[in-house]
Amino acid sequence: MSKLMPLLSANFGQITPTSVEEYIGTGGFTGLRKALKMTPQEIIDEVKTAKLRGRGGAGYPTGAKWQQLYDIKHFPKYIVCNADEGEPGTFKDKLFLEKDPLRVIEGMTIAGYVFNAQEGYIYIRGEYAAQQKVFQEAVDQAVAAGYLGENILGTEFSYHIHVMTGAGAYICGENSALLNSLEGKVGRPRVKPPHLAEVGLFEQPTLVNNVESFANIPTIVQIGGEKYLSYGTAESGGTKLICLSGNIANPGVYEIPFGITLRDIIFDEELGGGPAGSKKVKFYHLGGQSGPCGFLPQLDTPYCYQALREKGLSVGSGAIVVLDESVCVIDYLLTVTQFFIHESCGKCTPCREGNKQIHVLLEKLSQGKATKADLQLLQRLSNLLPKTSFCGLGQAAATALSTCLKNLRSEFEAHLTGNCPAGVCFTKQESGEQ
Amino acid sequence: MQKMAKTKNKLVTVTINGEQITVPAGTTILEAAKQAGFKIPTLCHHPDLKPRATCRLCLVEVKGQRRLQTACNTPVREGNEIITNSAEVREARKTILELILADHPQDCLKCSRNQNCELQKLADEYQIRENPFVVSAKNLPLEDSNPAIVRDMNKCVKCGRCVEVCQEIQQVGAINTANRSLAYGISTAFEEELADSTCTYCGQCVTVCPVGALKEKDDTARVWQALNNPELHVVVQTAPAVRVALGEEFGQKPGSITTGKMIAALKRLGFAKVFDTNFTADLTIIEESRELLKRLKDKGDLPLLTSCSPGWINFIEKMYPELLKHVSTCKSPQQMFGALAKTYYADKAQIPAEKIFVVSIMPCTAKKYECTRPEMKSSGYQDVDVVLTTRELAQMIKQSGLDFAALPEAEYDEPFGVSTGAATIFGATGGVMEAALRTVYETVAGKTLEDLDFKMVRGLDGIKEATVDLAGKKVKVAVANGLGNAKILLEMIKAGKCKYHFIEIMACPGGCIGGGGQPFGATKADKEKRLESLYAIDKKSKLRKSHENLAVTQVYDDFLRKTLDIYAHELLHTYYSDRKH
Repeated sequence: MSKLMPLLSANFGQITPTSVEEYIGTGGFTGLRKALKMTPQEIIDEVKTAKLRGRGGAGYPTGAKWQQLYDIKHFPKYIVCNADEGEPGTFKDKLFLEKDPLRVIEGMTIAGYVFNAQEGYIYIRGEYAAQQKVFQEAVDQAVAAGYLGENILGTEFSYHIHVMTGAGAYICGENSALLNSLEGKVGRPRVKPPHLAEVGLFEQPTLVNNVESFANIPTIVQIGGEKYLSYGTAESGGTKLICLSGNIANPGVYEIPFGITLRDIIFDEELGGGPAGSKKVKFYHLGGQSGPCGFLPQLDTPYCYQALREKGLSVGSGAIVVLDESVCVIDYLLTVTQFFIHESCGKCTPCREGNKQIHVLLEKLSQGKATKADLQLLQRLSNLLPKTSFCGLGQAAATALSTCLKNLRSEFEAHLTGNCPAGVCFTKQESGEQ
Repeated sequence: MQKMAKTKNKLVTVTINGEQITVPAGTTILEAAKQAGFKIPTLCHHPDLKPRATCRLCLVEVKGQRRLQTACNTPVREGNEIITNSAEVREARKTILELILADHPQDCLKCSRNQNCELQKLADEYQIRENPFVVSAKNLPLEDSNPAIVRDMNKCVKCGRCVEVCQEIQQVGAINTANRSLAYGISTAFEEELADSTCTYCGQCVTVCPVGALKEKDDTARVWQALNNPELHVVVQTAPAVRVALGEEFGQKPGSITTGKMIAALKRLGFAKVFDTNFTADLTIIEESRELLKRLKDKGDLPLLTSCSPGWINFIEKMYPELLKHVSTCKSPQQMFGALAKTYYADKAQIPAEKIFVVSIMPCTAKKYECTRPEMKSSGYQDVDVVLTTRELAQMIKQSGLDFAALPEAEYDEPFGVSTGAATIFGATGGVMEAALRTVYETVAGKTLEDLDFKMVRGLDGIKEATVDLAGKKVKVAVANGLGNAKILLEMIKAGKCKYHFIEIMACPGGCIGGGGQPFGATKADKEKRLESLYAIDKKSKLRKSHENLAVTQVYDDFLRKTLDIYAHELLHTYYSDRKH
């Protein structure tokens, strides 16, 4: 049986992305048509039944998020689509934007109807200039065809989508920083409470969901929450778009049902197809740079929210970066940490100063200058950041480090005695010193 | 207002370190813990400002929460079990402190905030004896190219208090947060110098800085040098707001009245004469009242705006130059004093002006700039040579080994020693207005004012207003303190919707008692104490109206009326320039 499940990605490459006609030809906008005949609460109930979880990375139950916003009786409300796909190794939202934008528009419009919102915003990362152009054209086409804009499909419901550009800051993927950026302010996370459902965009109640989350909505409305849930596991409804990269034979985006194992994903010929070269898989990084690293004994874990969490792993954005035995864990973590140093907004101490010191310690390790005390200090910092940082970025910045410290301890310890098992560290340095 | 709304709301009961406490909903963990008797350490938090939750030192455990929670901004919820001091919390706080210190110069001994630094106190409380982290020096250049404020960003802990004060309270917008990650910090636009920014030198940023990153330009060395120069006759004037704040530097309660001891200290420091700026405050009232009455009579530019606060003058020159015609031409009391010291007093004491060195003790950082303005040389010399803040004076007193508490009470010297209660309240927001009203009323009405207390214009509210009946004419006045509040009134004038005839504006919230040169660590409550003391001095004064100050009358009779009108005018009045940013 195939491990692929093209529930949301069926249109990719099959239709002209901006053609409303072709989109309708594949069943497009039936979700919206159906939604307009339902009550908002009925739609929210379907999303709850579907057990859809946020696809941006945090995995918060979408139904619960929608209910919270729905219960706030303060208007206007705004709908925001987070298309700031900045998580390294993640490139699935990009496909929706360029290959099936009308699906995202349909999802955002259903949300607009549920919350009686008149304005929706999509915040697209600056690097996706080409995708932004496609998306804007799709919006224009949808307006022209009466699926967006004034009196949608002849109803009282009017809704507009504004396409906005980010400027390439990873932190703007954090929802409150994104809203600041949308408002023209510096993209740094806000103090919470108040939560965004209460005080969001322009200080109004706001829904922020990821591109893939919105892309799920038309299908859930169309086929019903129960049917949707059945594609995944009892706790993780539906499918997930995963992004395979690194030392893997078949890199790319795949839509899989929740519940297949990590081993399936990495080794199945239809999916990852195993490591790219002759070297064995050493570890894999789940959910982007902010996610945990997984190791060989965890390969038989089903890919779904609950089972992964039990093993200290997570779905995150859906990124899966595979690393083979040519990779030194210290060298890899140095790159991860450099990323967070570059992208930290800098306002809170643990993230700004903690990442800097993690980098110092990793560098000492890679140079063979670290002591046991340095390793303890590294452990202290990896415990500190998740518990004390201001926002998700800082809280997640040491996740890879923590999981590697726990599972590849011997490789860290080897570096204390000047030994790099992957043969990466000291060769570099010796030639540098000559 | 906010408190009232809170108490109307429901109450919540929580447990903090095992102690049950009931507080109004919306109370932060920090506040609730304080009420329960537990102090939670803070660095970025300031009781009068919004919580920022960025230093992460106020972390506590809340049962059921995976992460530690910041006490400064997290409201308590019914049934919360909070632990403020567990091993985990202490470990986290200590590590965060070590991280902050690893990014901070290690030169406490040489720092202007040594022993008066919030970070140093925390390092001591948490027994940071060595730092496991690599300490890195930033080697950022010192910004000291202006006469008032020094910025040393090497010491900045990025708490953001200065930004809130500059952006939101003062609405000057000279500084803001800039850059990200390791480069994140506080900067002027494009890192221009303060002098080229919209900065007014109000120094409010300095008063809230927890460390030594922001300070006044230290001019004590110049004063010591003058005092040690036998060729110079060094005189000093003290502003009204200094006397009710200086004591805090010596461990006294906010609002302690230290006039006599302050004078004694100045005499022991070696000043030849100790004069009172209050004297020229009375003079200011005479001049400004005349100006107001003239503008009312001649239908001149109204409203008339006061001109005593140099931060405020910088603000209007830089931000609203089109409204400069509304500003009173009267010099500030400090500058009237300087001009008279090197003319009237020089003649009287028979000392050549070039031998007279005038020092001011001010609650203010902008005064340091004011005295260097090119207009302020009407004696032919720089009228005021050096301005010291309240804090700098305290430093000199400490350095001289004077036991402040044990000093006797001394009195001001003649001829600038006599003053009225009206002059004393110049140090409080609304004080100049009240002083002016006492004089204007009696001038116009020609009868004695029964109730001298214009309570409508007192207190810490941002904008206050009153209507006064001047012999049948209703005169509307307003008082603004804090430049953000000034802005509201200026916008009204600009829009042609201003109904006031006379407006007092002070750059600093609370007026001079809350000035940028006042002792560190004062909260709103402390500032209220300083205010109360100024009004207490006024209440006890024998003379409470500026026009009853006979020493001032004597200056007119002996000197000002005998000189050319144009010269007298130049001594006491000034002009302003469009410095639009």
